[in-house]
Order: sequence, then structure tokens, then C-alpha cells
Amino acid sequence: MNLGAQTLREIDEVITHYPQKRSAALPLLHLVQADQGFISHEAVEWIAQKLELQPINIFELVTFYPMFRQKPIGRRHIKVCRTLSCAIMGGYRTCAEFQRQFATGLGEVSPGGEVTIEFVECLASCGTAPVVMIDDELHEKVDAARARELSEKIKAEAGAPAASR
Amino acid sequence: MPAPEQNRLIFRHIGEPGYTADLDCYLRNGGYGVLRKAVQRKPEELVDEVKKSGLRGRGGAGFPCGVKWTLLDRKSGKPIYLVVNADESEPGTFKDRYIIHQDPHQMIEGIMITCFANKVERAYVYIRGEFPEGARILEKAIAEARASNFVGPNILGTGYGCEIYVHRGAGAYICGEETGLIESLEGKRPYPRIKPPYFPAVLGLYQCPTIVNNVETLCHVKHIADMGGDAYSKIGTPNNTGTRILCVSGHVRRPGYYEFEVGRVTMGQLLNEVCGGPLPGRTFKAVIPGGSSAKVLKFGERYKGKRKVGAEMVEYDWGVEDIPMDFDCLAMIGSMGGSGGVIVMDDSVSMVEALGNINAFYSHESCGQCTPCREGSLWMKKITARMVHGEARPEDGALLKSVADQIAGRTICAFGEACAWPTQSFIAKFGDEFKGYALAKKAARPGDVPELV
Repeated sequence: MNLGAQTLREIDEVITHYPQKRSAALPLLHLVQADQGFISHEAVEWIAQKLELQPINIFELVTFYPMFRQKPIGRRHIKVCRTLSCAIMGGYRTCAEFQRQFATGLGEVSPGGEVTIEFVECLASCGTAPVVMIDDELHEKVDAARARELSEKIKAEAGAPAASR
Repeated sequence: MPAPEQNRLIFRHIGEPGYTADLDCYLRNGGYGVLRKAVQRKPEELVDEVKKSGLRGRGGAGFPCGVKWTLLDRKSGKPIYLVVNADESEPGTFKDRYIIHQDPHQMIEGIMITCFANKVERAYVYIRGEFPEGARILEKAIAEARASNFVGPNILGTGYGCEIYVHRGAGAYICGEETGLIESLEGKRPYPRIKPPYFPAVLGLYQCPTIVNNVETLCHVKHIADMGGDAYSKIGTPNNTGTRILCVSGHVRRPGYYEFEVGRVTMGQLLNEVCGGPLPGRTFKAVIPGGSSAKVLKFGERYKGKRKVGAEMVEYDWGVEDIPMDFDCLAMIGSMGGSGGVIVMDDSVSMVEALGNINAFYSHESCGQCTPCREGSLWMKKITARMVHGEARPEDGALLKSVADQIAGRTICAFGEACAWPTQSFIAKFGDEFKGYALAKKAARPGDVPELV
């Protein structure tokens, strides 16, 4: 495992938040995924060892919790809300527009590796439906036209150096 | 009758220009003044204030907060934990998001008063994974509060100490269920625990006595400590005290959050006046009053019965528009106030497709522990998906109902009811639409009706 120094510091810090090490399983999965992009088998074993658990204790979390993934995704992660309040305001059209813009299906890495699009359950911003999260940022009232604008922005940033994103 | 004015107690500063999430801004607005006074009192007095206030939990079940605290096993000798339920995952609900992002110190002050009152020395905020920004804001706010001695060891020189930690979830709805949340916080799959014996007040986090309270509930605690339980209990209506944030989404002109005294605003006032009524050219068809698992209400239906007003029993005969938005009235007419998420659907919506959307949610989110829920939610999703995308049969409504009827009451946690109630209520109230769906599907539909399944 080749984790960054900052990640390793944060891992050691977060374990101290709990009287039982096992509680740090989700925080460690988040930190490792943010560092590596996904949770590999090696990562599962590394976390298990770090928390003095069996690998299955970690693997069963990766397969249960929707936010953890076992494969790399595109450089940008687009999550479109699928649930009722967003759907009745046009969330399916928003999702289809993003897919069209990047010529990719749900959960795939788009050609060129720029994005992965997911259709996720309620993002808890139902009053400004339809909503979309791009990486950590929430975007509200994203109709198909707005989805095109956001896609154009992502495409324009694709050529820019990572630091300016 | 015109709608009453909003009473912004919890959301006083939400959306206020210039109001920021940092400690300085909170202090400029009198922040932590209530905590300063609270730590000079006896903890038992604070618990009594909350009991007197009549505060009911704002997360969904509406359980009296003071009673919940009283049930704590204080004799076990084990540490007592507070777990803040910031999982906000019930579809249609989006109130805690604004508290966390825009006024985190209000929540931290509520947490600290609650911890002091219950002799808690460690609190965890379980925040849903989809709020990464919110988690960062909270961590920063806690660090600020700690630096100013509102959190941490020897708070305000009292000798009392308490730490707060933020714990992020990872996208699972079931973590909003309190015992599932506790399992998740212990680093496991969030399979809800069976009660008895695992009541959190006795055997909660690490098998220690634990309070699990919703974000909004804890903010109310701050205001109760401030004004006193008696004064708070005069806000709202009897047994439904205080204010409540109603989150309105879907087909109204002005969706959003509105804070009213509980029971003082009716559904009609809320939707027609406050939210501006239906979209142009449309009429209201159905509304889900308390998050997507609450039973649907159909515009045009009547609710009749007797209810207690003061000491007397009074007959009521209500349409949907007449229902007061409180815990008891919504329960009385067969639904629930739940988490305060009001989802409005107009006449453009097919109830079969709306149910298909809801069923897909519950099927995705069932934890899989109990067979009736795991299999039942999946089959309800498959049937509604087939009706929409494949062949719809006149008997599908009855089939759906028979599946739903076999889930509720046969599971460890309330998810069984949560996934059965939508199907049961949609079929009971819109049964004809399910019978006639095959024909309706073939009829030409306006091009702007969005897909739901």
C-alpha cells in the first residue's frame, strides 16, 4: 500500500476517536478511497490489519455501503439523484443528458476517462430538485440545459492542470 | 383562514444574508449564552425542562425526547453516549442539511447542553456520507468551539468535559434507523438490532446506555434550555409542542423549508398559500406528508372521526387541505408527520410510476437481514417496474398489496412498515389507476411528463 503521508496521519488520528478500533473501519475506508480512488483487495487487507480485524470484516462493508467501490472511476464523479422528488422534477432526463454528453452508461468510466455517472438515491436536497453532486459539490435545479452547461464546464476543465480545478 | 406567520426558532438565521457558519458570527448573535447558563444548573433540572417542554423527536417517530432521556440506564456504571442522527436519509427531508451547513454551532450548543444534562462525556455525530462538505464544516465548527472551551475538557471552568466526533456514513438509508446506526458506528454492516433487549437507552453503542437524537431535536433542546420547558410547551398545540420545519418538494410553485408552530398550519394553507399552490394549469393529486414511507393522501378524500380538543371530544370531517400539520392529526387520519418531508404530486403524475420509483428506493435500501423485507421490497419493485416497462395486468394491484401485507410487522426494524406503507396506501387510494394502467399507458401522454421508473 502506497498511501500519502497526510492520509497516514489522518488514519492514525481518527483511530483515537473511538474506544474500539473497529469503529474506525468506515473512516479508514473513506480515507483510503480518497487517497487511492477505490478499495482494492490489498486495501481491504491493509485496513483489516491496521484495525486488528479479519479481511472479511472490512470486505463486507465495501460490498454493503453504496459509496465504496472496488474499481477505479473517472476523474470526475457525477451523481444524479434518482428518488421521487427529483424524478418528478425531471431527474431521469438530467441523468440521460449527462450520459449523452459523455457518451457513457451508468457506473462506467467514460471514453477518455473523464467521468463516471451514477444514478443514486436521495441526496437530501429535495426542495431544489433535481439535484446532482459532482465530486463533493452539490448542484441544485439541474435540468437538462443545466446538465449540458455543467458537462461543458467539466470538458473545458479536462485539459487544465489538476491544481486549477 | 389565512396561513399563520412562520415562527423561525431553529431556522432563524438560515438563508440570512451575511450569516456565516463560523464561531464569531454565532457569538455575535448571542451564541453559547444558553450553554453558559445551563452548565451552572443541575443536570436533572435540564432533563426536567425538556420533559416539561413536551418536545417530540423530529427524526420520524415523534417519540417524546424527555421520556427517551429518562429511560437511560444510569446505574450501570458504564459510560453514557450521545449519538446525533445526522443521517437525514428519508426521501423528501432536507432540513438538517441547512442546520449543518449554515448554523452548525446551534447544533453543537444543543449537543453540549444535552450531554451536560445527561452526564455524557462523548458524543458522535453520524452524518450521511453524501454530506462531505457538511462534515468538514462540522469538524471545523467543533474545533472552533473546542478552542473556545465550549467543547473538550473542563468546559467553561466547570470541571465537566465532553468531546464530540464526526463520523461519516457511506450512503446507506438504513443507517438512519437508530440501532442500525449504532452498528454502523461500531464499524459493522448496519443491520438493525432486535428490541428487546437492544434498546439504545440500555444496550446501545458498545453495549452502553446511549441517546440517539436527531439534529433538529437537539437544536430544540437549546431553545428549551433558554426559555424553559413551560414557555416552550406553550408554542404549538397540546401534545404537539414547539415549532417544526416542514420540507416541501415536488409540484408546488415555491418548494422549500418552512418553520411553523406544530399544528398551527393546515396542509391547505401550507401548499396553497405558503408554497404558492399548484404549478400553472395543474391541480394537486396526492401528497406524502412525512417522508416517502408515510402513507399517501389523496386530494378529494375525506377523513371523519372524533378527536380530543381540550377536554372535549369533537367530530371532525376534513379534506386533505384541512389537516393540521402535527403528529397526532396526521396519525389519526392514517398517515404520519414522520420527518417533516412533504412531497407533492399533481395531476401529471401516474401513481403507478410514482410507486415504482418509491419501490426502487426501498428495494435498493433494504439491508437484507429479514426475509420479508429483503424479498418483498424486491418483488414490489419488480412488479411495478414490469407494469411500467413491460406488461401491466389488472390484477397487479392486488398482487402488490398481498406482498406488502406480508412484510409489515414481520421484520426486526420499522423498514418493513416503511416499505409496505407506500404500496398499501397507493393501492388503497388509487386502486383504479393500477387496474387501468395497461390502457392508460397506451393513451397519448403530454411530452413533458418525466419518466419516474
